[in-house]
Amino acid sequence: MTAVRRFLSGGWLPAYAFLYVVFLYLPVIFLPIFSINTAATPKFPLSGFTLHWYEDLPRTPALLDAAWNSLIVGVSAAILSTVLGILAARSITRYRYPGRRTINGLIMAPLVLPEVIVAISMLLVMLQLGLSLSLFTVVLGHVLVCIPYSMTVLTSGFEGFDRSLEEASADLGESAFGTFRRVTLPMVAPAIISSLLVCFTISLDEFIIAFFLTGTEATLPIYIWGQLRFAAKLPGVLALGTLLLVASFLLMTIAEILRRRAARRTQNEGGLYA
Amino acid sequence: MTAAAEGSSPLRMTRARRNALLQSEPVQGFALISPTFLYALILLVLPILVVIAHSFWTQNYLTIDRTFTLENYRIALTEPIYRDLLWRSLYISLTVSLFTVILAYPIAYFISFHGGRHKSLWLFLITIPFWTSYLLRVMSWKVILGYNGVLNSGLMGLGIIDEPSTALLYNSSAVIITLTHAWAAFAILPIFVSLEKVDRTLVEAATDLGDGPLRSFLRVTLPLSAPGVISAALIVMIPTVGDYVTPKLVGGKDGVMIANAIQAQFGKASNWPLGAALSVTTMLIVTLMAGATVLIIRALQRLAR
Repeated sequence: MTAVRRFLSGGWLPAYAFLYVVFLYLPVIFLPIFSINTAATPKFPLSGFTLHWYEDLPRTPALLDAAWNSLIVGVSAAILSTVLGILAARSITRYRYPGRRTINGLIMAPLVLPEVIVAISMLLVMLQLGLSLSLFTVVLGHVLVCIPYSMTVLTSGFEGFDRSLEEASADLGESAFGTFRRVTLPMVAPAIISSLLVCFTISLDEFIIAFFLTGTEATLPIYIWGQLRFAAKLPGVLALGTLLLVASFLLMTIAEILRRRAARRTQNEGGLYA
Repeated sequence: MTAAAEGSSPLRMTRARRNALLQSEPVQGFALISPTFLYALILLVLPILVVIAHSFWTQNYLTIDRTFTLENYRIALTEPIYRDLLWRSLYISLTVSLFTVILAYPIAYFISFHGGRHKSLWLFLITIPFWTSYLLRVMSWKVILGYNGVLNSGLMGLGIIDEPSTALLYNSSAVIITLTHAWAAFAILPIFVSLEKVDRTLVEAATDLGDGPLRSFLRVTLPLSAPGVISAALIVMIPTVGDYVTPKLVGGKDGVMIANAIQAQFGKASNWPLGAALSVTTMLIVTLMAGATVLIIRALQRLAR
């Protein structure tokens, strides 16, 4: 009886939460483990420690090309989607107008649509418009899927932003651009950097859209996809995957810290001066 | 001064009115959002319209014949291979959304009701694995479930099984496990948000009036968090129906899904109109399934009161 009562009062929840976190992290942790294992196939027991698979990475020209392509695509997609995200987030948080929710819904839609369908629809249009597939078309696709994330980060930074600060600046004689540069921008800068990092990470890791929209140039996930056909190349792929995991993890942690700082800044200071 | 102003009044009036209009809130707000809105129109709405148009056309080798036909839909709905793939995709996405929601609910509940000061830390801890590459996460499941994989070699090392099991990888269960893991965070967040909105005094009131913990949960907390459960189910169901990477990497022959067939029509098979019709059919059916899910959850919610 007491066991049943304890179950009902939720005493098992902390243990469940712990197991759940293990379930979330366990698969991800196997990549780094087997990337430093000497055996060519990932299995237990581990056979020995080596950094051999990592040392091979910089000696693969195709991999270096893919890394460079990923960097170009990621930086371009991050900048473009953050600029478009700033405009939209500012409009949504600052103004009220009819159709606002519909437009917001449309901009956020790529988040909940099957990626394959988004990718093939863009592919069809691009081919119809006579665009040849290249890294540029990949950037166009990545911007579309990054904007919803950029919007989410930026609206949380812009919300609670105190408009009276901008009005005060305008009343004291600043131009619209001066107000933006000297009042608005410093307040929302952490949110903007956070959005850049989030979008870069998404683009760096994104596979489906890049797979459909690229021409002959590969990004890192496409390179990995190509290597997966060869069982012998698996340890190298695991090493590369580990590096990508670490990069994503670091970028997202920094982005989260900045996003929180931005949210705190607009709320606290706004509250103080209001 | 006033005379001069009155003299040119019609022109000035319109200009002033136009300026007022340009500075009005709706116009400024719309002008600000229009670049992003246009981007979504050109790269999302227009492409989807083009796909819908293609689904009514046919293809002769490399040229598209633009006479209206429903032939592609007939093939998509009656051809056994596509029908089976569609059913399997719907079954997999429904099962995955059911599992993710059931597994995610206690976590969301725990964070919301017992998270204390560490709520945001918990949320961060849970979302961080999902910012890593989707492709890599699927790949690690392949490493875990494979013939020579972690699970098999681990179980053999522990003496639980004698030879590697082939039942783990390359079937629809492998797809379901991988997808359930991949979409976990997306289910937790909406449920958490709706649990945060549950008025705690209502739960207390139910307890004061003699409801036990289970009854007050079933009659107060659970029905009030139904909107979160609905959005969690939809956010998982709609994208997973069109998943391409997971069936390709861990699905094998028995785990192929409709997205793989769609990709084939745009790749090797090169029949764009059929691929388009398959995409449209998938979207329509998953929308119907999503609508039915919403109705069922709402009905259950009413029943619980």
